[in-house]
Amino acid sequence: MSFEWPWQYNFPPFFTLQPNVDTRQKQLAAWCSLVLSYCRHHKLYTVDVMEAQESPVFNNKKIERKLSVEAIQVVFEELRKKGNLEWLDKNKSRCLVMWRRPEEWGKLIYQWVSKNGMNNSVFTLYELSNGDDTDGEEFHGLEDWMLQRSLQALQTEGKAEIISMDDGKGVKFF
Amino acid sequence: MDRFSWSNGLLEINETLVIQQRGVRLYDGDDKAKLDVGVALLSTHRLIWRDGKNHDCCMAMPLSQIIFFEEQAAGIGKSAKIVIHLHPSPANKEPGPYQNSKYSFIKLSFKEHGQIEFYRRLTEEITQKRWENTPVSQPISTGTGPQTGRTRAVGIVGIERKIEEKRKETDKNISEAFEDLSKLMVKAKEMVELSRSIASKIKDKQGDITEDETIRFKSYLLSMGIANPVTRETHGSGTHYHIQLAKQLGDMLQAPLEERGGMMALTEVYCLVNRARGMELLSPEDLLNACKMFESLKLPLRLRVFDSGVMVVQLQSHSEEEMIASALDNVTEKGSLTAEEFAKLLGLSVLLSKERLLLAEKMGHLCRDDSVEGLRFYPNSF
Repeated sequence: MSFEWPWQYNFPPFFTLQPNVDTRQKQLAAWCSLVLSYCRHHKLYTVDVMEAQESPVFNNKKIERKLSVEAIQVVFEELRKKGNLEWLDKNKSRCLVMWRRPEEWGKLIYQWVSKNGMNNSVFTLYELSNGDDTDGEEFHGLEDWMLQRSLQALQTEGKAEIISMDDGKGVKFF
Repeated sequence: MDRFSWSNGLLEINETLVIQQRGVRLYDGDDKAKLDVGVALLSTHRLIWRDGKNHDCCMAMPLSQIIFFEEQAAGIGKSAKIVIHLHPSPANKEPGPYQNSKYSFIKLSFKEHGQIEFYRRLTEEITQKRWENTPVSQPISTGTGPQTGRTRAVGIVGIERKIEEKRKETDKNISEAFEDLSKLMVKAKEMVELSRSIASKIKDKQGDITEDETIRFKSYLLSMGIANPVTRETHGSGTHYHIQLAKQLGDMLQAPLEERGGMMALTEVYCLVNRARGMELLSPEDLLNACKMFESLKLPLRLRVFDSGVMVVQLQSHSEEEMIASALDNVTEKGSLTAEEFAKLLGLSVLLSKERLLLAEKMGHLCRDDSVEGLRFYPNSF
């Protein structure tokens, strides 16, 4: 299924940071949701800022408009404030995009566990993200760092416990 | 040979070298001088001779010493010579190689030829007497030996020194000319202080002085260009002149404003008004002060300042909301507009059309597209 661009994507003013405060709020909201849905669609978890400039998200070749570096930073800052983005380095050159927050992933995983009656079982992390059983689930292929955070979220909620095993980590669901 | 004085051989500022010839031996009268062969130099002012081997040994004689001279043809074993007959030395003559001599003439013996040209040049110089036009001072004596240093020199150093002297001269002239002006400036400062103190006194004691006198005094101040804090009050205590001017503008600007859609930039007003007046032109300050009084005088015009600082005069009846609404219609109709396109559409100046679009953006009706193609406005679909 190909990615569906929102109407703003073809609206030239979308690529100019609006000076009017109210207009800007709406514009940034639209950008945030575009970035998140794009990353979700392509299962992207990390973004490099330099590469992002040339990516189709920020660069619409058809209308010959692209978002400036400063504006991209503003959009990223907005995402960070919402909890959907985390900087990997101090220079703000690479970041993690969490189009689904860890809590949300945790919930999905727990739902699957409960649905299949696997409470009180132990899984390795690998089994969860790459096992045959989970094939077809949304969290299949979830990157390790995200998986760990999701499980930590569940642990905080008391629904799981992360344990150390011989060759790595595992998790027990309650 | 006692007419010669020791010299360092350097030319004076106005002195020019005419010809030089080497291989010249000097004769004191008919006797060979106790000197070796050297270089004879002829300048506009002097005859100079320098020893061929020992360059420190150098002597000179002013050309004014020469009475007359003649050629002596070469013979067998004898070089051609020029015999130069001389006046007696002046009393203040600097020391030279000979203290005294029984002869009143010297000879230059040209061992390496060159006498013909030398003779010719010498004739020229003696005829022209160029040394009389540009006198140079006698060299300063540093002793009985050959001269080594001089205070005035030739070449780059000489030119530099001349420039320096000229600069000092100019400086002096300017300072003298402006002496009076600096005195005036000191007085002016005092005058300004005085007027300011009086103005503040007026402000304090407003009851004691009549309105008339206050206004008159303020107009004097204004005519001198001194800003008076009292005239800035909002209930329009401007001068009589400005009040009259404002009324005049009120009449004059009605028609042009209506033609231009109810709004004109202040600069346009300035040009229009002054062109109409021909003589007795308005200063920008006077125009501005008059415009500030429109509201208090209940005239149907207003002075308005935009965020960007642009000032316009507009009809009171002019409604900004209407303007913005119509701007939005225009933009929606065309999809998008630049300031230039909008100006052309409405017959407004680009400056005013941009202000209107910016205002519409500020109200949230329009949004902007800023790219390499320029600044364009779209209806705000966000």
